[in-house]
Formats: sequence, structure tokens, C-alpha cells
Amino acid sequence: MLNRYPAWKNILILLVVILGLLYSVPNLYPDDEAIQITGTNLDLNQSDLAVVTTALEAAQIDFFGVEFEETSIMVRFNSVEEQLRAKTAIEDALGDGYIIALNLAPTTPSWLQAIGAGKMNLGLDLQGGVHFLMEVDMDAAIERRMEDNLSNVRTILREQRIRTRGLNLIDNTHLEIRFADTDDRSQARAELVDDFPELQFQNREEEGVFILDLRMTPETILQIQRDTLQANRTTIANRVDALGVAEPTVQQQGADRIVVELPGVQDPAQAIQFLQRIATLEFHLEAALGASSLSYETYINPDGVPINVDNDVILQGDRISNVRSTLDQNGLPQVQINLDAQGGNQINRVTRDNVGRNMDILLSETKSRTNTVINEAGEQVDETEFYEEKRLISHATIRTALPRTFVITGLSSTEANELSRLISSGSLAAPMTIVEQSVIGPSMGAENLEQGIRGVQVAAALVILFMLFYYRLFGLAANIALIMNILLIFAVMSSIIPATLTLPGIVGIVLTVGMAVDANVLIFTRIREELNDGAPPQRAIDSGYDRAFTTILDANLTTFLVAVVLFTIGSGPVKGFAVTLMIGIVTSMFTAIVGTRALINLIYGGRKVDTLSIGGTLQPKPAES
Amino acid sequence: MRKIMADREIDFMGVRHFAGIGSIVLVLVSLVSLAINGLQFGLDFTSGTSVRLSYSEPVVLDQVNSSLQANGYEDAVVVSFGSDREIRIMLSVDDSILESDQAAHAVAVGETIAELLQRDSSSEVTLLGSDFVSAKVGAELAEEGGLGMLVALGIIMVYIALRFQFKFSVGAVVALAHDIIITLGIFSLFKMEFNLNTLAAILAIIGYSLNDTIVVSDRIRENFRRLRRGSPEEMVNISLNQTLGRTLITSLTTLLVLVSILFIGGESTRGFAIALIIGVVVGTYSSIYIASNIILLMKVTKDDLMIPVKEGSELDAIP
Repeated sequence: MLNRYPAWKNILILLVVILGLLYSVPNLYPDDEAIQITGTNLDLNQSDLAVVTTALEAAQIDFFGVEFEETSIMVRFNSVEEQLRAKTAIEDALGDGYIIALNLAPTTPSWLQAIGAGKMNLGLDLQGGVHFLMEVDMDAAIERRMEDNLSNVRTILREQRIRTRGLNLIDNTHLEIRFADTDDRSQARAELVDDFPELQFQNREEEGVFILDLRMTPETILQIQRDTLQANRTTIANRVDALGVAEPTVQQQGADRIVVELPGVQDPAQAIQFLQRIATLEFHLEAALGASSLSYETYINPDGVPINVDNDVILQGDRISNVRSTLDQNGLPQVQINLDAQGGNQINRVTRDNVGRNMDILLSETKSRTNTVINEAGEQVDETEFYEEKRLISHATIRTALPRTFVITGLSSTEANELSRLISSGSLAAPMTIVEQSVIGPSMGAENLEQGIRGVQVAAALVILFMLFYYRLFGLAANIALIMNILLIFAVMSSIIPATLTLPGIVGIVLTVGMAVDANVLIFTRIREELNDGAPPQRAIDSGYDRAFTTILDANLTTFLVAVVLFTIGSGPVKGFAVTLMIGIVTSMFTAIVGTRALINLIYGGRKVDTLSIGGTLQPKPAES
Repeated sequence: MRKIMADREIDFMGVRHFAGIGSIVLVLVSLVSLAINGLQFGLDFTSGTSVRLSYSEPVVLDQVNSSLQANGYEDAVVVSFGSDREIRIMLSVDDSILESDQAAHAVAVGETIAELLQRDSSSEVTLLGSDFVSAKVGAELAEEGGLGMLVALGIIMVYIALRFQFKFSVGAVVALAHDIIITLGIFSLFKMEFNLNTLAAILAIIGYSLNDTIVVSDRIRENFRRLRRGSPEEMVNISLNQTLGRTLITSLTTLLVLVSILFIGGESTRGFAIALIIGVVVGTYSSIYIASNIILLMKVTKDDLMIPVKEGSELDAIP
């Protein structure tokens, strides 16, 4: 009974320890306050960089670590105050067409970044900011689609000259067409069935009327919900990006929710106003020649030509039901826009009388800027203010009276993609409401973080002292394993599975600290038992580990199963807790069993041992063994 | 110390009937309290507006209460939040306002309340934040949590039935249900707030209590297989005595951690810590008395736990 690990096993453990250290160490490097500048629709060049640095020098703001890439510029600052002042200075210097975002830049050494080691993301509860939970009105999305179907069906039947006794929308997913005889019905069915693969057709008769029922399949409904949520998420993400807030989060949650988290933003009222604005896209006519200068505003189109746009809005963006960039029959790129029924009527009415004039699409975006103001107490404070910025994204000639579905042509494929992205960012696929809102002040976030970290420290210290006192040298091995375990959890959470650390997450880690020593307690009590039963020390170690193993495995596997169930079913805090629990179980199995065994083997292995420093046992005299 | 324990075996199973009756009483009291009092649901589950304020000097809650009452906020609940200078005011949801406007409304209510309390107070009142909390999310999470618990219990039953034996899975699941019901019962009885953190704690209790029960069951299985003589009752007793040290130490280290969260972790994690402390204490007791009691009630025998001989297995010398 030599209790020695083969060299490869020791090397493997050492390797895991080193990796654990490497991947958790970035958390010790505090981030720099930084500003990131990107162009809204063009690449940046050296002159932009020069403008930025001159502006900062002129405003006497210290900066360092300037990074320049084709698509972005990053500048670092020593303090939040300087960062905010710099944002205003850069905004004034650069003008429109740029996104200037407050950001945090990692200070992790580049060789650590090169191996993919990063920092753990802090949840909003630990760094402060605004949290919104928005619910997408799925009924409206489905209703909109069904209304589309209704009017398309009507058009087809009219074109094919099939007579009906009426089309009715029974509910969101059900539409009926009434006919006078079966011939009309079967003809209609034959015409329609290929055009509407998402609908189920069914014949029915009622009081001498022949009815064709069109129902949306459950799969289609699911698909619409998925598409709508995805589309709304993209829209919100685009708007939030344009806002210039550091590291915003926009995530889907469940079947119909979107979580928006804006770290650092402290005024929820303005943020709500901004997020809830639905129509940010406007269709206008170009001002007629010689029109009064009061009736139009001048915008610069993407080619740099000034265009006078009439003030009257002919169509709002919320009438758009779908936008895509496609190819026409000649393979030329185009942007196809589908409007809802009302929007179709509106645009048709206006364009009918204005064939040959130009139509302009304006995108209005909400952005933020920081102003330094003097408050009541006479102090200088920085206030973040949201403002609206409109720009011209399309200028095209009306060739004919436009129907509900029309295309914008004459674009390059990049332009077509960009335009369809811009249009979709200006319209939501379905309306949304805010169902939950909370603001966590930065001081409260810092306090939560501080208390959480202190909780971990005190808990770990208490457990370490107890283990040392109760199990002596073996306790020391368990303590080293415990510290390794915490490091590994941090390493996994910051680099391998990029997870966000929240308060429940910290509590989860603290709890694993308490429970992780359980495996060692099981092993050590087993070793003590073996010693009391008269086993010689080396054999006691070996069979102690051996016999405790199945128990530990069973206990951890069942708990792991519970964590998997919680992860699959739960969301939000429940999911976060489950993740920490799963990571903790895996890492603690490794450190508590393999890790401590390696240490014990190093201490006692390969030599004659008379007594073990495991505390609290009546050890057999050497002669007896 | 260990030696002394081994000599003086504690006759756990001798009092198992009393323990069983005690547990039944506790579970019944919990159920009755849950039926009558229900749970004191936090805003997470009821919807409403929460306004957080800080005072430059210690606050007298009664004063705040009376100024709110005088100004038309009759249903406001005021609690201190973290320290004696910070308070949280909870208002039930105003149904006359559209759901889409609730969030904006919460912001306005916060400002109004901060102004009115400032008028009635000599210390400086700062508005820390005002949130609209929707019950939708809470209700869904509770549903998810409840469903999660049921699915988890089902999977555990199957796993234990496969690894151990069916009687053990009944024991483990009854012990889990026992722990959860009693923890909820204590929350109901003492009218402590039940919020999302508490829900997470209840889920953690499942993991913890299960861990304990499995360790004890594992030893019972081993002793049934290993020891030649002794009644099932004696064997369970021996197993419980052998695992007692470990059970107590693990509970102790976990409690050390939880107590430090309770005192240091701040207001936001307090509910979590309290729920888990109750759960750990009840869970430790249940792993000793409930699971083994059920196993004995179901007349566990040696044959239940014998390792089945694999057909076609052969012994061969290594060449």
C-alpha cells in the first residue's frame, strides 16, 4: 500500500490547477473607464482619430491606451468623471454619424487575453443600472399575420373571379369564407391551397351555406411567435446599441419576453420613454419645387446630396409588417416592404396622386449625451440626456401607385442589406409592454458586491478554521482543495461558460463552500473508522477514499440531476442558481477527491507511517498494525 | 471522541415511533398554517410598486406610516431595509392604470412619496429608486419552481430505485416533501416574507436534504450487504451511528456559511439564508429519522439489496 499517484496523474492535477489560476486571475485586474467610437454607417479613418485626440487635448482630459481599428476607436481614462467629460467633448468634435459609447476596457495582460481568459460579467444587481422586462404582445403579432392572410385571400379570389358570400375573421387564428355552392368552394380551395401552406383548409356546411375554414396550424403559431420575438429583440438591440450605454444586455426570456439591462443608466423615466417608442420610421414626400421653406426640412442623403423633405408624414413605421432584402427576377438587389392593411390603403392613396415624385424614408434614432449642469446645491453634475436624431435612409422615385407590398430598387446589395436592417430597426414586429422595471443604484450595486464578497471570505475562513481544527493535516489538504475549488468555479464562470455573476450566484458559491467540504468529511470520517477498526494507516487512507467514493458519487449525481431539472425548467434566478450548483458539483468532486488524494499521497505516500494527523481518533499503536 | 460514540451507540430507531409522530404533527401544523395563513408573498408574487428611500438620520417607521396614511396611501406597507436609515414602502397595484403605463407610474409615485415624506421629516430624504414589480414573473417562477420540484422528485425516485431499491426512493422522497412542507410551514406560521430568494432557497434545500439522505441510505445498503446478523432495525441503527459524525459536521460547516451570509450578506440575501438554515436543520433531522423510518415501515430486507449476479459473467485468470 504505497499510496502514490502515477506521475501523469500528478501532472494532470498540476495542469488543472495552473489553468484554474490562469483563467481566474483576470478577475483581479480592474477595468479602465473607456469610450468606444464607431461609425454608424462608415468605417473610421486616421482623421477621425486625430479629431478625437485633439478634442481631448483641448479639453485637458488625460487619456491613454488609444486603440484604433477600421471599425472602432477605443480611448481609456483614469476616472468616471473624465470619461463623461470626454464623451461630451468627443460628441461635440465629431458631430453626427458616430456612436459614442461609454465602455469598460479590460486591463488584463494581452497574453492572458490571447488564451481566452476574461473577466466574469457582473449582473446588474452588483453594478447598478436599469432593468426592464418587456412582454411582446403575441396576440397582436398573430392577428396582424391573419389580417394579412385575409386580405391576400380576398385579392386572389377577386382576381380569379370566384364569388363568395363573405370573408370573416372568426378569431386570431381562424378565418372563414362563405360560398353559395360547392363548385365555388372547391375552385377557391384549389386556387388557395398552394399559396397558404401555413393554413389548414376544412369544408363545412351550415344552413345551406358552404363554408371553407382556414385555420393557422399550431406549428405556424409557434413559428410566428419565435420570429416575432427574434425580430423585436433585434430591433431593441439595435436601438440600445445606438444609445451608447456601456455593455447593455438584450436577451430573450421564455416565449414572449425580452430582458433589457442598461448598466450605469440611472433615469428610468427617460429610458422607458425611449424603449417604448414604437414608430421611429417615417415616410415623407420630397418637398415640391418652390415650396415654402417652412414646409420642409433639409437632410443629406447617403450620397451626400441635400434633399428637402416635406414635413407631412404619409406613413409611420409601425404600419410595416415585414421587411427583407431580396433579389428581383434579374438578380438585382432590392428591399421588399410589406405593410399592414391600413398602411397599404394609406400609401396607395398618397402615391396614386404623386407618381413621378420622390418618396423619402427618415429614421429617427434616440441617442444619449452627457451634459454638465449646475444643480441646486451649486455643484457640477453630469446628466445623461436622451435626444432624437433623424436621418434620411432612402430617397426613391415613385413609379406607380404603390400597393401593400412594394420594393425599393436601384441599390447595391450592401445598401439593400443596410436599408432593410435600418428599416427593421425602426419598426417593431409586435407591440411590447414593460412588465417589470427596477433601478439599482451604483452604490447599492457596489454594496451588494462588497457584502457578497465579504460573505464568501468570512464563510470560507470559518470553514477553513474548523476543518483545520477538526482534521489537522488532512483538514489542511481539504482547505487547499476548497480554495482550489473556488478558483476553478471562478475560472469556469469567467472563461469557459461565460456566465454573469449575480447576487444569487454569489450565494450559490458561498453555499458550495459549505457543501464542498462534505466529500472530504465523508472520506476523513471513513479513514478514522478504518483506523479505529485497527487498519494500518496506509491501508486506512486507501480504503477510506475507496469506500467513500460511491457514497460521494451517488450523493453528487442525485444533486446534479436536481440542478439539471432546475436549469431546464427554471429561468432567471432559478437558472443562475442551477448553473453555479452544477459547476460547483463538478469542480468539488475533482478537488475534494482527486486533489486531496494527491496532497495526502505527497505527504504520506511511499513511506512507512505510524500515525496519521487526522485528529480525534484513538490510533492503534504501531505494534498492533 | 469517535471511540466513545462507537461504545455508546445511540438508539435512534428505538424512538422512531415518537419521531414519526412528531414529524406528522409538524407536517400537519405546517399544512394547517399554510391553509389558514397562507404565505406572506412578497411583491414578486403580488404585483405592486416598491419605493426605496434613504434618510440622513434614523427613521421612525410609525411616523412614516402616519404621514403616508394622512396622504391617501392607506394600504402602504413600510419596512426598514438593511439599516435604520433606509426604508422600503410597498404599495399595491393601482388597477385604474394601464399595464403599459405602470412602470412610468411607479417612477412618478416614487417622486411624489419622496417629496411628501421630506415635508414631514426633519432629516434629508433621498429617493433610492422606485420599481414596478409584476406578479406575472413571480407567478411563472413559482409555477416553474413547483413543476421543477415535482419533476425533480420523480427523477430522484427513478434514480434511487435503480441505484438502490424502490423502498429507498420512497424514503428519500418522503423526507424531501417533509423538509419542504415544514420549511414553508415555518415561513407561514411566523409570517415571514416569501419572495423569489426564498423560492431559490427551497430549491437548494432539495439538493441539500437529498445529499444527506443518500449518504445515510448508502451506509444502510452497505451494512445490509456486509453484516451477517442483526435485525433491519439494528442495522439501520448501526448505519445511523456510523454516519452521525459526518452528518453533524457537514450540517455544521453549512450552517457556519449560512450564518455568515445571514449577518454579513446584507438585506437582499437574508430571506435566502433564513430559509436555508431552517431547511438544513430540518433536513439533518429528516435524514436520520424520516428516510430510515420509511424504509423500516416498508419492511426492507437483505434480499432487497443483494447485488444481482450478472448472467454470463466469467472469472478468468489474466494470462
